[in-house]
Amino acid sequence: MDFSLKVWRQDSPDAPGGFKTYQAKNISPEASFLEMLDDVNEHLNTIGEEPIAFDDDCREGICGMCGVMVNGHPHGPQDGTATCQLHMRKFSDGDSITIEPWRAAGMPVVRDLIVDRSPLDRIIEAGGYISVNTGAAPDANVIAIPKEAAEASMDAASCIGCAACIAACPNSAANLFTAAKIGHLSLLPQGQPERWTRVIAMVETMEEYFGSCTNHGECESACPKNISIDFIAMMNRDYVKAQFKNFAKIGQ
Amino acid sequence: MTATKRVRVHDRQGWRQWLGGFFSSSIGLKWLMALTGIGLLLYVLAHLIGNLKIFAGVDPETGAYPIDLYSEALTTLGGHIVPEGSILLLFRIGLTSMFILHIWSAAVLTRRNRAARGRGRYDATREYITATYASRTMRFSGIIVLLFLIFHLADLTLGNANPDYVYGAVHDNIIASLSRPVVAVFYMAANVALALHIYHGAWSLFQSLGTVNVKYNVLRRYFAGAFAAVILIGNLSIPLAVLAGWVS
Amino acid sequence: MTENTFTLDAKIPQGPIQEHWNTHKFDTKLVNPANKRKYKIIIIGTGLAGASAAATLGELGYDVEVFTYHDSARRAHSIAAQGGINAAKNYANDGDSIFRLFYDTVKGGDFRSRESNVYRLAQVSNEIIDQSVAQGVPYAREYGGLLDNRSFGGAQVSRTFYARGQTGQQLLLGAYQALARQIELGAVTFHTRAEMLDVVLKDGRAVGVVIRDLVTGEITPHSAHVVMLATGGYSNVYFLSTNAMACNGTAAWRAHRKGAFFANPSFTQIHPTCIPASDEHQSKLTLMSESLRNDGRIWVPLKAGDDRAPRDIPEDERDYYLERQYPAFGNLAPRDIASRAAMRMIEDDKGIGPLKNGVYLDFEDAIDRLGKAKIEERYGNLFEMYERITDEDPYTSPMRIFAAPHYTMGGLWVDYNLMTTVPGLYALGEANFSDHGANRLGASALMQGVADGYFIIPYTVGEYLADWLNIDPVPTDDHVFAEAVDEVNQRTERFLSINGSRSVDDFHRELGKIMIEHVGLARDREGLERAIAEIRSVREEFWKDLKVLGTSDSLNQSLERAGRVADFFEIAELMAIDALSREESCGGHFRLEHQTEDGEARRDDENYAYVAAWEWKGENWPQTLHKEQLEFEYVALSQRNYK
Repeated sequence: MDFSLKVWRQDSPDAPGGFKTYQAKNISPEASFLEMLDDVNEHLNTIGEEPIAFDDDCREGICGMCGVMVNGHPHGPQDGTATCQLHMRKFSDGDSITIEPWRAAGMPVVRDLIVDRSPLDRIIEAGGYISVNTGAAPDANVIAIPKEAAEASMDAASCIGCAACIAACPNSAANLFTAAKIGHLSLLPQGQPERWTRVIAMVETMEEYFGSCTNHGECESACPKNISIDFIAMMNRDYVKAQFKNFAKIGQ
Repeated sequence: MTATKRVRVHDRQGWRQWLGGFFSSSIGLKWLMALTGIGLLLYVLAHLIGNLKIFAGVDPETGAYPIDLYSEALTTLGGHIVPEGSILLLFRIGLTSMFILHIWSAAVLTRRNRAARGRGRYDATREYITATYASRTMRFSGIIVLLFLIFHLADLTLGNANPDYVYGAVHDNIIASLSRPVVAVFYMAANVALALHIYHGAWSLFQSLGTVNVKYNVLRRYFAGAFAAVILIGNLSIPLAVLAGWVS
Repeated sequence: MTENTFTLDAKIPQGPIQEHWNTHKFDTKLVNPANKRKYKIIIIGTGLAGASAAATLGELGYDVEVFTYHDSARRAHSIAAQGGINAAKNYANDGDSIFRLFYDTVKGGDFRSRESNVYRLAQVSNEIIDQSVAQGVPYAREYGGLLDNRSFGGAQVSRTFYARGQTGQQLLLGAYQALARQIELGAVTFHTRAEMLDVVLKDGRAVGVVIRDLVTGEITPHSAHVVMLATGGYSNVYFLSTNAMACNGTAAWRAHRKGAFFANPSFTQIHPTCIPASDEHQSKLTLMSESLRNDGRIWVPLKAGDDRAPRDIPEDERDYYLERQYPAFGNLAPRDIASRAAMRMIEDDKGIGPLKNGVYLDFEDAIDRLGKAKIEERYGNLFEMYERITDEDPYTSPMRIFAAPHYTMGGLWVDYNLMTTVPGLYALGEANFSDHGANRLGASALMQGVADGYFIIPYTVGEYLADWLNIDPVPTDDHVFAEAVDEVNQRTERFLSINGSRSVDDFHRELGKIMIEHVGLARDREGLERAIAEIRSVREEFWKDLKVLGTSDSLNQSLERAGRVADFFEIAELMAIDALSREESCGGHFRLEHQTEDGEARRDDENYAYVAAWEWKGENWPQTLHKEQLEFEYVALSQRNYK
């Protein structure tokens, strides 16, 4: 299969950047999207042009490193699929494909298709954990957790931190990411002691970098793990409740 | 590598006191927007119910229009207990504050979201999957409704925009106003915008308030659709009836 | 190859094995809480072992500095572990115990691991589950709200805890979150997109590292009292493996070149359930969790060269070869055995799929028995992943699977304290060699990674640190750092100045082909000798004809890869040398010359019950083999039998 690629190239965070067009020739339909880019890079290396820089690692849709905008779709057109699991058989021979980095002021381009997602770590550092020191834990079966709660928590916890939700959002909001992280912990009994302080700390950190949710729902469609925006509603509710919980400052 | 510089989409310095922190947060602002939205939805519904009295025609015994009586009753709400018009005044103050808060929070959020997006734009046309036409045009439908509202007040409450305006003669004023085709078309267009605004808003407010229950979530969409349809059909029926000559 | 009589001191405690760890913890020097902050610890890598060690050492009060080449601590390849984590909780009430987990692991490792280390691993396994549940890892549960367990390859009890098919992800998120907390508290300094390119030694002990900032290209020295490498395995030496693209052996290899012995390099695991390669351009292979073998049945057509579609082959013309050959374990035979059995089928021209490079893993019976919904609940995300990659629906047609390099049991030699032969330099997780012998059992990698990080290194590091109280780390303006930085700079510039014609990937692919053919599932003397010669010649070619564009002072992914592949060449050679020197078959190391009549591995316990620890003697010098004799007091040496 042959494709015409329009790819964003940018040398450094401060360089202006722009599009360049490349031809990808003789690509196997069995190739993944990133293998197609590997092929193009191999060719670029041969002709003396620096290869296109892009983030990737596990190539099985779990590490969250990869992610580009493919023809205006975060991670490409296939639902619930990270860029690395997108295969070229989903395209037609001769297609033109526009490949762009995620765009948001909070996630500036580092080089070509690579963006800086470190604000997501800042959000976790603000409170996305259960404060338990190693060695202090009671037996794992001391607290029974309803299967349904554990499953719902797992739904949220399956977030891979790829930032497609932010890339998809017309407001560059990180609410789905943050809500998934909060939902993962607040649905479990272990997450209750810090539930209210956590939501305030994480939401406020999130808002320092990113926009606000206006309930378009694009994030949910972009999410390679299909995480529901219900978690955003839960986060909103907890954030409001937390305002009152914390005034009492007696832990409830 | 060193951490990204914070974009400072908004800065909360000095807002920490009491609920200030909450209402300066984007989630707080969306909450405010949802609450005022609920108030405005109730108002729009009440307004429609009142207006539908125009179809009640004229009372053959007294020769009075029920809609005129309705309007009069609004000024005498509270009966002899409070000064005449004071309850209506309170309503008006409340309503105006809701409008102002609703618009103010929208403006603040829009500004923040622009900052959050930065200058980067996608080159490829975005094919939205979940976002609806209504959700992406809230800003514009809102502005259309606001402009219409100003005209509507000037037209039917203050009378500046209606040469045939007579204070208290609600029925006649409506007929006179909507008999002008330009006004009727503007009226209808604004109501389409209003319905779109409600279609997204009446669903979105549940999300913003955090009213979520996986079992009943689907009802939120139905509710928003039904609410928007009722307002649209009800409000369009009046200019259409006037133009068609069904009410006079 | 020369041999050395110098004995390695593994520092195994005395007394009954059940007491080793407790005795050792008591005997180890403690560091006073107020003194902990005076000690600087550098940790390389933020997978399960690195992140858990960093978090725990931070909690204890040490001054910790962490480096990862990823953009976040949550991306390391631990995240891709699917099936689960073992623990001797015996929640399933099926006769499990610490001793049985220990026994299974030693036996599963084909008697080439250190008993004392494995026993400790089994002991702390229970604490891992407690710890991770408290951190909020959403393990699968029964309807009563208690933890669910499943069985896994190589075990006859259900001792595996799991979180859907994403157990590694959830455990890593737990460790990452614990680490994030320490970063916020200021106990841990954290650097992303920073790759370690050398270990710095002074007077024979590790005093720091040299780091390249992958964004700016800046090369900087960092000093500390101890350095810990939690940098994973080197399966990517095969180019096509289930490892993530960036996984590499550079940190361990650089340490080896500075004096850390490299143990059992030829012990690699080729995992039996991976999706077969589809074409020449494939960049990596994808693992399908071994848990699939709980319900899937593995078969090939009885007749060689049978081209019919799987559903057209009647039951009596199928060969369920694992069930036939290993009736006791059936489809749950250990990984090395299952992989070799599949290899033999393909050699007999019974391979299936377009390239005849796979065997079937069939869920038809399980779906008939349990219903599609139950199978979906258990393996839904794996089936979905398979469908994404192959465009085939495993609910209706069987999966195609084959073996792929997956894990390296070999790694830096460490003693009971996890310290390498370089004082002050530690190796954790897959980067060390310690617990899995010649073959790792399923769901044991996660167990070992977190055990090292959460429960072992925080105690054992005290032993070394106690001697350095109130002595500052060597300042980074010391000449040893300047020299190390210089060396790294020169090497970097060398890659850029070769200006040949072939890309890094091209060389890597060629190396991988040599390795999989000669140092893969089955090895023999002739092949290994040929491999060594070929590796050397391709490596020579690499240094002459490599083409890396761009500059060293910017983000340059080809340059990063060049350094890693250069080290892979050296690792590959040592793997082949090690495989050649071990004249026996054990676990993942299968020498065609040493097999029983029915094709099973034949160990030679008399001559080879040792850990082969290789010492770097300098460029162009043969490496020296040191042997750590293994004693088996508790698990009787026996031929593994899974029939």
